[in-house]
Amino acid sequence: MKKDARFYWTFFKSTFMISALTFGGGYVIIALMKAKFVDELGWLDEKQTLDLVAIAQSTPGIMAVNTSIMLGYELAGFFGAIIGMLATVIPPLVIIGIVARFYELIAENEYVRLVLKGMQCGATAILVNVAIDLAVKQFKAKLILPLIIIVATFIANLFFDVNIMLLVLIDGVVGLILMRGKIYG
Amino acid sequence: MTYLLLFWEFAKISVVCVGGGYASMPLIQAIVVNKYHWLSLSEFIDIFTISQMTPGPIGINAATFAGTKAAGTLGGIVATLGFVTPSIFICIALVKIVTKYGDLGAIHGILNGLRPAVVALIASACVSFILLAVWDIEKFPSDPVGTMNYLGLIILIGALIAARKKIGAVPILLGSGIAGIILGFVF
Repeated sequence: MKKDARFYWTFFKSTFMISALTFGGGYVIIALMKAKFVDELGWLDEKQTLDLVAIAQSTPGIMAVNTSIMLGYELAGFFGAIIGMLATVIPPLVIIGIVARFYELIAENEYVRLVLKGMQCGATAILVNVAIDLAVKQFKAKLILPLIIIVATFIANLFFDVNIMLLVLIDGVVGLILMRGKIYG
Repeated sequence: MTYLLLFWEFAKISVVCVGGGYASMPLIQAIVVNKYHWLSLSEFIDIFTISQMTPGPIGINAATFAGTKAAGTLGGIVATLGFVTPSIFICIALVKIVTKYGDLGAIHGILNGLRPAVVALIASACVSFILLAVWDIEKFPSDPVGTMNYLGLIILIGALIAARKKIGAVPILLGSGIAGIILGFVF
């Protein structure tokens, strides 16, 4: 992968489009980035991306912005980080700037509502698809500890509303104590 | 002066807010509504409604909205940049540390524990989003068949088939939006 103007343009364009078309924030944007940069373009591998998301998740600030900064840095250093940040921020910045002035008008429009509903479902499908791929891979590895973490974290978050930061902290400590072995890498 | 203040206040918020968009909203409210009166409480609540129907993270939406109301378009830009500037330095420092010391057993172990955690959190987000797409609510429906949104279900299944067939994310999102209008006439 050459770091020429075309590379930067593709990176900016992809991140910009994902940010501009994604409703629902955090995990949806990350799922879309994984679909684009890992599956479609092959610029990053899956483990690298999950590691970056794990760090972004535990870093102050906005997760989607943090993730695109880290992906950009990993791909192309400081300049890449800036491009990733701008490409994520500019679409909502422009759209909110406009919508803030006319939002009652826009909110009541039936066509706008239908397009938004459709796109919400499309984003959900992409998120589900990414989740299936990731889960299948983890289950195929047949390692008991990661599976316990997945199931326990999933149940705690979905059914008991346990704070995400607390879950990340617990899973990090479990990893620190029990999962230093090479088989978990 | 207002510009500097906007940048500085949102930079401070971004450094202390951990745990995702909605978690940062009380902090933003404390500064924007209670301390500086850049927004009224009802304008602040509008941010939630606007964020539902616009793309992008709710934190960015809040910063842009509050900045625009406080000091016009430039205010919105300055507040948003303030909100993300600290992240650049924090994120790059963290990536550097992890890349440099990633082979050390400790960091390796933590990341090995966090990777399955991320998979679980994405799966958990999936369930909430499916509920929202097919039943228009965020809790489990009491009458799953009667309250089902068939338009949502059809687009979700169609888009999922497209995603399994490795069609790109952007075409799927655009196609789903168009399908929303077309199916809107049917249902």
